[in-house]
Amino acid sequence: MAVVRSRIKTLKIDGQDVGAHEDETILEVARENGIMIPTLCQLDGLSLVGACRLCLVEVVGWRNLVPACTTYVEEGMEVITNSERLQKYRRMIIELLFAEGNHVCAVCVSNGNCELQWKAQKLGMDHVRFTNQNPDRRVDMTHEHFVVDANRCILCTRCVRVCDEIEGAHTWDIFGRGENSTIISDFNLPWGESPTCSSCGKCVNVCPTGALVEKGKAAGEMIKRTEFLAYLTKMREVKK
Amino acid sequence: MSKVTLATTWLDGCSGCHMSLLDIDERLIDIADKIDVVYSPLVDMKEYPEQVDVAIVEGAVSSEEDLHKIRMIRSRTKILVALGDCAVAGNIPTMRNKFSREELLDVAYIKSATENPQHPSEVIPALLPKAVPLHEVVDIDVFVQGCPPSADTIFHTIAELLAGRIPADLTEHTRPGA
Ligand code: SF4
Ligand code: SF4
Ligand code: SF4
Ligand code: FES
Repeated sequence: MAVVRSRIKTLKIDGQDVGAHEDETILEVARENGIMIPTLCQLDGLSLVGACRLCLVEVVGWRNLVPACTTYVEEGMEVITNSERLQKYRRMIIELLFAEGNHVCAVCVSNGNCELQWKAQKLGMDHVRFTNQNPDRRVDMTHEHFVVDANRCILCTRCVRVCDEIEGAHTWDIFGRGENSTIISDFNLPWGESPTCSSCGKCVNVCPTGALVEKGKAAGEMIKRTEFLAYLTKMREVKK
Repeated sequence: MSKVTLATTWLDGCSGCHMSLLDIDERLIDIADKIDVVYSPLVDMKEYPEQVDVAIVEGAVSSEEDLHKIRMIRSRTKILVALGDCAVAGNIPTMRNKFSREELLDVAYIKSATENPQHPSEVIPALLPKAVPLHEVVDIDVFVQGCPPSADTIFHTIAELLAGRIPADLTEHTRPGA
């Protein structure tokens, strides 16, 4: 299979000289070179939205920090992925995610298998410095197999994207603004009454937290499987 | 060298963190001759001493009494350790925060009462509007996450303190919900 690739760019990431195709993001190139940038909303096989800002990096000479997952490489770019400033902001982002929802890990079905928790630990969050907002959010158990608990949703939109882009159902969306933003099924119907949901469970499996889970799981029992996504993406590429 | 004075107490917690503390088992003997437990549910001492080196506190701040107690402890203690998710983050006790105090008292003392339904007016300390983590009301020196933190994590924390170090970042040992 002949792959026609775009032009090659050279840049520096954390002082390391790297080569990249011009259609690659900073995140992809960093990963290819063994440089790990923390991510949450990004998932291989789904479109890029830059929603969580965890992957923010510095580019020398640029005024603003940029998300590595949605920023394409440029010739001569000098990227810094792990400065003290970035570590400070990343920890802050995680803390804000905890403070904004209702995360009581001890009673959460995803306890121990939660990407938010892992990131918190990895980024050195020993406590949350922001005041708990304790929002009043919806728990919907109307679906035959699944539960949505918006208290644990971090609005990463992985569910929205997988359902739209991979399953083709587009059941999920984000509704409202600011702190009132929340995920909804269809036109804000109970999930169990959704005319579009095919009950495939893709959204549940890509959800990084305990917001979308299978019914009947006790605390710590919910384990997500995202392998299907890489497989489907690969099969579709081959078909093209 | 004089012994390090240690106090432990629980506020709005389930005592699970103290159980985990006891789970340190025989290693407790190793540290026993270095510490003097001056106040704790585990010893018989009614008054919190004027001066304590290290206090380990479990539970969130949920009532007027909790608030009074944690402020008093802070003012008499050199190093204050928040032990467990309730102390560090509020955890389970904060699940009531989206309800008003009246709604909570109604459920507990009126709707589920079999006789003499009424809100308590004495003996039981008044609830604060919200349950909050310790650091929301006093300065905390060490945060030990976990529900409960493992005995190993607690032992490590105490061992570090006894060695004269403040364990700055315990996230290598524990996390929320651990
Ligand atoms: S979703 Fe993750 S961080 Fe939130 S309560 Fe559940 S385990 Fe904890
Ligand atoms: S189960 Fe499948 S179809 Fe239903 S909302 Fe989730 S991803 Fe969409
Ligand atoms: S439900 Fe899960 S996947 Fe969907 S936006 Fe919330 S955290 Fe992300
Ligand atoms: S991973 Fe890049 S913004 Fe979320």
